[in-house]
Amino acid sequence: MQSTALDNARPPTAWGLFLIFSRIGLTSFGGGLSGWLLREFVQDRHWMQEEAFLNGLAVSQALPGVNVTNMAIWIGFHLVGPRGAAAALAGIILPPAVLAVLLSVAFALLSGYPLVHIWLDGAAAAAIGLSLSMAIRAVRRVRRQVLPLFLVALVFVMIIVLHQSLVWVVVAVAPVSVALEYARLRMARKRA
Amino acid sequence: MSLFWTLFITFVPISLVTVGGGQTTIAAINRQVVDVHHWMTQAQFIDAFAITRMAPGPGSLLVTLIGWHVAGFWGAVATTLAMFGPPACLLFIIAYFWRRQKGAIWQLALEGGLRPVAAGMMAASVYVLVRALEGGWAAQAVALVSTALVMFTRLNALLLVLLGGVALILCQFAGVF
Repeated sequence: MQSTALDNARPPTAWGLFLIFSRIGLTSFGGGLSGWLLREFVQDRHWMQEEAFLNGLAVSQALPGVNVTNMAIWIGFHLVGPRGAAAALAGIILPPAVLAVLLSVAFALLSGYPLVHIWLDGAAAAAIGLSLSMAIRAVRRVRRQVLPLFLVALVFVMIIVLHQSLVWVVVAVAPVSVALEYARLRMARKRA
Repeated sequence: MSLFWTLFITFVPISLVTVGGGQTTIAAINRQVVDVHHWMTQAQFIDAFAITRMAPGPGSLLVTLIGWHVAGFWGAVATTLAMFGPPACLLFIIAYFWRRQKGAIWQLALEGGLRPVAAGMMAASVYVLVRALEGGWAAQAVALVSTALVMFTRLNALLLVLLGGVALILCQFAGVF
């Protein structure tokens, strides 16, 4: 396609990145965004090598924060430098944030109607169903061995039953879990 | 202490333990907002959650709505900055110093080691949300049906949330609850 060819010829600018990420932010619902980002930046526009993209994905998932915004920073930095990272981050957060606030104002104005409230409860229920499916997927991705599964249960119990603060739970459990995984990988690599 | 600052420092630590996606920290956000600071009722929190699921963009924009609810425009700015700022700075630094080391063992260990932690946090968050759900067993049924639809069909997530509202209204008219 001609437009793609033109995009390829033109190196991205910070403003251009802001627009691309705004579009992605405003049209993304639920999850599964990384596949779309791969298509946009690696396959269609050829602005990034696939390896650089996948490196960024691994870092985005390992570091704290929302994966998509992390990925926006990574891609923006890779393509345009610090200004690109800032532009991509602003693009993926700001327009959807404004839209979310407008939506909440609209619902507040309509809150006098009981039907609106029931509708919102139903929407919340469906959204919780979505979250439940994500939780099931997250648990399924854990290695089926006693120790990792025990850690899943431990985190759940610490938060729900023992009412520990999430920050404290992560600070206590995450280093242990990562260290155990590190030891396991080292042993596996030595054996190989 | 100004409200702006209180909002900001409430969400900074949560942002730094968001591993495995924004969904994982909902239990912690819920506790801070409803139980600790009493900024919202549980019902208001669930409404805000539903709205961010309907709106596009990262689900963590939930905190933007909380800030907006508590302190208007500057509240929204405070919570958004707190939730997205610290991890952004961290990633910025890593992106700056990154050297090619794909498959480095520390990286794999970080990924694999955080997985059980994220899964436990996610399960806890869903538990908190389900418990706070209004609308009785009809709403719980809507949640379960939506879980099944997500897992076994390719139904669009936005459509699913919109239909969830319609389903509960129909239940109401049918006199189910």
